[in-house]
Amino acid sequence: MAKRVAIVGTGQTFHKSHRPDVNGQELINEAVLRALQDADLKMKDIDAIVIGNMDHFEGINYVDCWSVDGSGGTMKPIIKLTTGGTTGCTVAIGGYHLVGSGMFDRVLIIGWEKNSESDTTGAITTAFDPIWDRLVFAGAISGLAAEAQAYMARYGASDRDGARVSVRDRKHAMNNPHAQLRKEVSLEEVLASPMLADPIHLLDVCPRTDGACAVIMASEDVAEKICPKPDWIWGTAARHSYSYLGDADYGRLTSMREGSQELWKKAGIKEPRKELDVVEMYQPYSFGGLIWIEDMGLVGPGEAPQYIWDGNTDMSGELPINPSGGVISCNPIGATGLIRCAEAAMQVMGKAEGRQVPDVNFAFSSGFGGCWWTDMILHGKNKPK
Amino acid sequence: MSDQFQGIEPMVYQSQINVPYSWWAGDTATRFFVTLRDEKKITATKCGDCGKVLLPPRKICPRCFTENMEWVKVSDEGTVLSFAVARRPFAAIPADKKVPVIWGLIQLDGADTALLHYLDGLRPEDVSIGMRVTAVYSEARKGTIRDISHFKPVK
Repeated sequence: MAKRVAIVGTGQTFHKSHRPDVNGQELINEAVLRALQDADLKMKDIDAIVIGNMDHFEGINYVDCWSVDGSGGTMKPIIKLTTGGTTGCTVAIGGYHLVGSGMFDRVLIIGWEKNSESDTTGAITTAFDPIWDRLVFAGAISGLAAEAQAYMARYGASDRDGARVSVRDRKHAMNNPHAQLRKEVSLEEVLASPMLADPIHLLDVCPRTDGACAVIMASEDVAEKICPKPDWIWGTAARHSYSYLGDADYGRLTSMREGSQELWKKAGIKEPRKELDVVEMYQPYSFGGLIWIEDMGLVGPGEAPQYIWDGNTDMSGELPINPSGGVISCNPIGATGLIRCAEAAMQVMGKAEGRQVPDVNFAFSSGFGGCWWTDMILHGKNKPK
Repeated sequence: MSDQFQGIEPMVYQSQINVPYSWWAGDTATRFFVTLRDEKKITATKCGDCGKVLLPPRKICPRCFTENMEWVKVSDEGTVLSFAVARRPFAAIPADKKVPVIWGLIQLDGADTALLHYLDGLRPEDVSIGMRVTAVYSEARKGTIRDISHFKPVK
């Protein structure tokens, strides 16, 4: 019997570049305890756990087993889901399925990463095809650079347009005590920062972060008893495609376009730009903030730069994007998608404190993976029909 | 070979994955290893709720889910709960160990859980469940679990 599902509590660590004071289990535990506290629940109330990270970043393959001291998974049903960069959003979708199935009333969802423990690009390389792509692979940023180059050539955008997105997200991070990087930058500073892979400057991209996030989902039978104003899940969508790096349409994010169309259809949304109130997007570099909002259908192809220059996605604009400061300010990879989900939930629940957008009815959160994957969730104030 | 490759030269690519890692032990494990290295003492954490003494030490009791933990010293001596003997060499055996290598699960006096470590100073046929063993510390201690060289039988 399918149930409607709501988020009733969230918790996050204070994300940092290095957390030598805790091991992975202890880092996870900080987020779990905060989520339990937020929902006013005890570990004994939790029926099942979904956990995820990118295993090769810590070199620990059975994280679901290894982490039970921190997750609370001792002698409980616990499963691991891991889908690369989209992991944090995938674990949320997995938790939604478990609760929505009617088989579990309260599910704890955890995403985490200690990116300080390995060489990120070395580890990411192991995700690619060993015979075709790995021997000629130039690291995670090279694919993003190719996407940005293709977009700029197709629509006449510039590196200044990208930099404007970075200025926005880094300004928004000033309102979020959990963000790792909290320093405002100017357009000139972004453009003067070291060039990593044309047209991507250092200040256009995310850092590496140690952090964890936990979210508690509950079925409609118990959600409003736990939390009077929960965040209702209106729909989810996931699009994964990858055989070889050359298969993608560079300059467009096909997975975002197809997934968001499914999501709008499920929820009956006709004009996402007008009907959404806030967006928390897994946007690890500034140009994604241009390209992908076009694929979401917020604006037409090539229209994103002007829309963003006009301030529409700033905190006081028509549709604030990344009030948390986004991924450019903080990226504990396996947690990142779930942080987007938690931040969107906090916006709907009115718990986003200094980064709260007024009167949020619908919020959107997403996960992104380097193989051009996108997972996404639509959050709403009202119980879905 | 089977017939399936007739007329085709099968391509096989040899490679090796090299990803460097540095794992942070965290404050709780660090305290254990510093005490082990500098004072040659084995310590554990005791849960204030259920009373269990856990080794390796935990910041959080996995059963009670509480941080109500206190440090206690456990004995260098304990009991072998079970063991395994490796007769053939394999990559996970450190270079300084020669087969047969004996692993023991050793419940130290004062602890409620067993510690996995090497048994040495005896022949494999002389190991038995329930036998009493004691820690032998390494001369050069670096703050790892191998600051205990091995456990040997209590004479």
